[in-house]
Amino acid sequence: MGINEQLHQNDNASLSQTKIVTLVEAVNLALYRAMNDDENVVVLGEDVGTNGGVFRATLGLKETFGCTRVMDTPLAETLIAGVSVGMATQGLRPVAEIQFMGFIYAAVEHLISHAARMRNRTRGRLSCPMVLRAPYGGGIHAPEHHSESTEAIFAHTPGLRVVIPSSPTRAYGLLLSAIQDPDPVIFLEPKRIYRMVKQEINDDGIGLPLDTCFTLKEGTDITLVSWGAMVHETMQAAKELAQEGIHAEVIDVASISPLDMDTILMSVRKTGRCVIIQEATRSFGVASEISSRLAEEGLLYLQAPVAKVTGFDTPMPYFKNEQIYMPTVNDIKNTVKNTLEFA
Amino acid sequence: MKPLTNSFRDKLQFLNEAGELIQDLPRHLKVNRLVDFYQTLVMIRLFDKKAVALQRTGQIGTYASCLGQEAVSTGIGFAMQSTDVLANYYRDHGAQYLRGVKLHQMLQYWGGDERGNVFEGDAKEDLPNCVPIATQITHAAGIASAFKLRHQKRAVVATSGEGATSRGDFYEALNLAGVWQLPLVMVVNNNHWAISVPRELQTASPNIAAKGQAVGIEGILVDGNDIIAVQTAVHHALEKAHSGKGATLIEAETYRLCDHTTADDATRYRDANEVNQAWEKEPIKRLQTFLHHQGLWSPNQETEWVQHCQQHIENEVEQYLNMPPQEPGDFFDYLYEELPYAYQQQRDQFIAKAGGVQHGH
Ligand SMILES: Cc1ncc(C[n+]2csc(CCOP(=O)(O)OP(=O)(O)O)c2C)c(N)n1
Repeated sequence: MGINEQLHQNDNASLSQTKIVTLVEAVNLALYRAMNDDENVVVLGEDVGTNGGVFRATLGLKETFGCTRVMDTPLAETLIAGVSVGMATQGLRPVAEIQFMGFIYAAVEHLISHAARMRNRTRGRLSCPMVLRAPYGGGIHAPEHHSESTEAIFAHTPGLRVVIPSSPTRAYGLLLSAIQDPDPVIFLEPKRIYRMVKQEINDDGIGLPLDTCFTLKEGTDITLVSWGAMVHETMQAAKELAQEGIHAEVIDVASISPLDMDTILMSVRKTGRCVIIQEATRSFGVASEISSRLAEEGLLYLQAPVAKVTGFDTPMPYFKNEQIYMPTVNDIKNTVKNTLEFA
Repeated sequence: MKPLTNSFRDKLQFLNEAGELIQDLPRHLKVNRLVDFYQTLVMIRLFDKKAVALQRTGQIGTYASCLGQEAVSTGIGFAMQSTDVLANYYRDHGAQYLRGVKLHQMLQYWGGDERGNVFEGDAKEDLPNCVPIATQITHAAGIASAFKLRHQKRAVVATSGEGATSRGDFYEALNLAGVWQLPLVMVVNNNHWAISVPRELQTASPNIAAKGQAVGIEGILVDGNDIIAVQTAVHHALEKAHSGKGATLIEAETYRLCDHTTADDATRYRDANEVNQAWEKEPIKRLQTFLHHQGLWSPNQETEWVQHCQQHIENEVEQYLNMPPQEPGDFFDYLYEELPYAYQQQRDQFIAKAGGVQHGH
């Protein structure tokens, strides 16, 4: 409890506060802020109440806002998504948690067939301003189904937004915007970096823009595009490459869908080369989409084929072998060098 | 076939907390058999303790203990025929062990190694360990349908926790089991907690056995800490299933004396008194007391058996720790019966990378 009591001190909405937090604490702060500022915001999911979520993302919310706004649901993902759709059509702003992304599939019918279509199906009569949060990604030595990255399923569905923060600041800002957004957002939290770094954030209730990439580092030689936990391997690779005189530009996509292709195209126009780094399996994914758009819209800027560094087309290996699957800093550096060597 | 109990509200019990037999043993059980039950319960508890210790020292990953719930799965294991199929969940150490799954394989599974699901013996057609809650129950209904279709005298036992009963998979399988009169036995380990969520937040029903009534099948409530009651209920349900008389829902009431898994801290959400009280009802002590009184088990036998178990467990741990690593190609070779050409290059890349990772690059 200690940490959270500190976090939530001086929560007067008008009083902006600077706090030094991890990514998961930033999620918690954004939820707290959103619930504080808008009584339509409700939180629901498995173990989100008394337990504060298995990763503690909802810690302290039930104590502050009560069990009518912070709901421990029965163990049922179909229900969690379906109920959220219903609540959202009434103007509530449900923020539902799926405990791990590997358990999201039972919710998919409601997300794809209903959340994504409610506005379109009713020609605007009803809408679905819900957020579905889920920790995702591998590398934490977890059991099966606790490590997958299947963001492409949702990015492939028009009507949904797919947002993935890669730092505490962006977790806070993007989650606030996701909750305020009038349409459904799938908000995927890279759990491997939940507690990796701390950042100072201003708890002012102000969101960051959705549908926009963030350029994290400027460079002239090559563009590195990534999102989620892989942004950290990408930044590390860029740092090491800089020591060898290779200046990479690093873009955090952040909003996977709708995709801000302009930022990526502008960068590639400058650098002429691009490597896309994703943790997900290799084929038919977000990296493939970005690569295809570069071929369609940026071919004349390119001096080398677009390359991808990805997981493999296998189920995520159980944890003893997950490191073989995970893209590494070296994988990125090698691919960058190959791309630069292309005539 | 006559229902086993008068109503889903009557909790079946033979052995009470004090280790007293409160009604005659069922006809199918000879008292000597209870020694086997006891020995297996002790083996499972000692293994479970060892597994938790291995997790604490980083030799396996997150582990789900079955502490306090051993009688449910062990009772199931002692009721099943070798030709039946088990669709288990993650607290089924007892039944899996009795069906031939080796302890070192259980460690492999929790140690992040796919080979922990390569079962032999009676378990060779059993479903693999299942993480997505309740999904195995619908598969169990499918297996039961296959048995029925082929007129085989076989049945399926599907297990889950009580939290799992909130999912559609549970209700959908239960419903089908009624409509199609499937040779399916659904056993719910009601240990009162689904991680931090108490049983009262899963259902407003008086109990879980009651849910059988809604779909037209027999629901039986048993004391899940009484292995005699569990074994008897499952035995009854399997006899029924084998003779084409349909499905049964069994609620075995226990208590999760452990944390949800080694990644959980239950003191955050439940009261120590509740746990202490539950310890009074745990399944092993009562059976030991009973066997002592019957002159079927002595302190000497206890010492010898515990030593035997510990030796066996040590051997299995050794075997687990000394397993050679998996062939990296296996991660592709089991995707399809034959690896499609499209994956060949990735398979090579994966193997090359595995070499680097294993050498710490
Ligand atoms: C579909 C799905 N949702 C969520 C989870 C995460 N989870 C693992 S165990 C568990 C609680 C299960 O409770 P219960 O069914 O009562 O069984 P118990 O663990 O108490 O034996 C949850 C929510 C999961 N594994 N699968």
